[in-house]
Amino acid sequence: MKLTDIQSKVHSTFFKEHQKKLYQSLEDKHTTIEELDDGDPLTTKMVLNMGPQHPATHGVLRLVLQLDGETIEKTKIDIGYLHRGVEKIAENKTYQEFMPYTDRMDYLSPYSNNVALCTAVEKIANVEVPERAHYIRMIGCELSRISSHLLWLGTMVMDAGAISFFIWTFKEREKIYDIMDRIGGHRFTISHARIGGVANDLTDEAMGSIKEFVEMFPKELKDYHKLLDRNRIFFDRNEAVGVLKTEDALQIGATGPMLRGSGFALDVRKFSPYARYNEVEFEVPTRLEGDNLARYYVRMEEMSESIRIIKQCIDKLPKGPVRTDNAKQAYPSKDEVYYSMEGMIHDFMMTDTGICPPEGAECYHAVESPKGELGYYIQSDGTGHPWRLKINAPSFTNLQVLEDILDGEMVADTVVIIGGVDPVLGEADK
Amino acid sequence: MSNELNLSEGLQKTVKNLTETFPDKIIEVYQSSGDTFVRIEADSLIEICNHLKSELHFIYLSDVFGIDRYTSDERFEVVYNLLNLRDRVRLFLKVRCDEENPEVDSATPVWKAASWNEREVYDMFGIQFRNHPDHRRIFMPEDFEYYPLRKEFPLLGIPGSIELPSTTPETD
Repeated sequence: MKLTDIQSKVHSTFFKEHQKKLYQSLEDKHTTIEELDDGDPLTTKMVLNMGPQHPATHGVLRLVLQLDGETIEKTKIDIGYLHRGVEKIAENKTYQEFMPYTDRMDYLSPYSNNVALCTAVEKIANVEVPERAHYIRMIGCELSRISSHLLWLGTMVMDAGAISFFIWTFKEREKIYDIMDRIGGHRFTISHARIGGVANDLTDEAMGSIKEFVEMFPKELKDYHKLLDRNRIFFDRNEAVGVLKTEDALQIGATGPMLRGSGFALDVRKFSPYARYNEVEFEVPTRLEGDNLARYYVRMEEMSESIRIIKQCIDKLPKGPVRTDNAKQAYPSKDEVYYSMEGMIHDFMMTDTGICPPEGAECYHAVESPKGELGYYIQSDGTGHPWRLKINAPSFTNLQVLEDILDGEMVADTVVIIGGVDPVLGEADK
Repeated sequence: MSNELNLSEGLQKTVKNLTETFPDKIIEVYQSSGDTFVRIEADSLIEICNHLKSELHFIYLSDVFGIDRYTSDERFEVVYNLLNLRDRVRLFLKVRCDEENPEVDSATPVWKAASWNEREVYDMFGIQFRNHPDHRRIFMPEDFEYYPLRKEFPLLGIPGSIELPSTTPETD
């Protein structure tokens, strides 16, 4: 397969230079592979474009695969179809104004994204967060982890052939959306965390529904295990597919369940505990096989660990304020805004300039999002806007791994492997 | 210098080892908000990266990103976010490069993980990486001529800089 052949067949209408370089890069990958004999009609090699509109690519992921029969010889991934330039936008917004954009990064677990931004800003600006807010954040983060893993489970099993299972996991996700609605007033893009705490305290109604969910969910999880753990079709589709060895995983920088499924227990919650993760007990599920099945077990066990963390948080939830009471650092409570002049001025000042970290300060803070290490690097120039804000997105990191593990697999397994990697393009494309 | 810093045990060992092994190559070691940054000479980047990886157990590269220090000398900065998984240490390695013809050695031969991250830096800031195995843009198409995260690039973009599909369907 020569570049000129592809170019003559494809007739790209847009971004011609881009397409040319992409196909060139595919041709150059593993250049040690022997030259093809162009004369032999039996060497049926083809280049297959998958996506960006393919339903199994979970968004707008484009894969360019060079096939030898049904086997993938080499892969190139083209991303950027959802690039909105959030880092540029962040440089022109105050820290709090930027939070709704983080919801739309990893839109399957908005709460973790909010917390990641808040913790980074709190670290650079030295904001003290009340104890109760930490626990509320942990509950929110773990709920969003379950929600994200449920979507992964449903779609991954659907990619492997079981359609109705998707409806089951969405039934549970619906309950989490209802809880989020009761916590912060939004079902999807919740933006509940605030710099210096959270927006509002948990109501009794929200608390009740969280408790109910925590009681009921392990039973559902047991049902999922019952359906999948001894399912021959599911096993055959996932076992020894998309194998990633421990050394390779570390070398290519895999993160989250990808790395833990390959045998290395790296979890930011244990590596450098944030919020109050050092005060709750939980395990870091790890498997050695590194295949898709290992990732399945890791994520399933993570869900039960999340339930364990939420239970401990509910037990330990201390009484007290949910946002720091410092008008220079956080929004005043709504009671103050409505009934006092100072409160209103402070609210206005927070909206107008926002929190100003010291000039020249820089910091990096990472949280363990459902997909892996989600870090925010912030450099301040002393104003209310960040000079530079960099998002270390786990989906981006893991997509790089995908480019490697697809080589040598079957075409039919691509969708299952993508499902196992669980990328969210909103985050990978920034 | 390292006496003023409040370093954990693992970081202390790392910084001590680095300053002893490469006395002329380390420009500064500083802390900000609890994170430790080491700025080094750009020409010895690969040497120091190899040393960090093989001798000091920084086997995991978490991220690479660029910073535009608009109006300062040596305008661009590339930062490597490294993890030592044995001692639980996070270290940031910084190199600077000039505005004219910004070029840095690629760390991809040391950590494979750097590949996409360096492509992102190239895409957003236009910093070239020498010996990068797949030196292409990553988010923007190759036909795009600007580097959007540079400070002089306008927030609203440059009209006409990118070819877009027509919004009115062709009717024959």
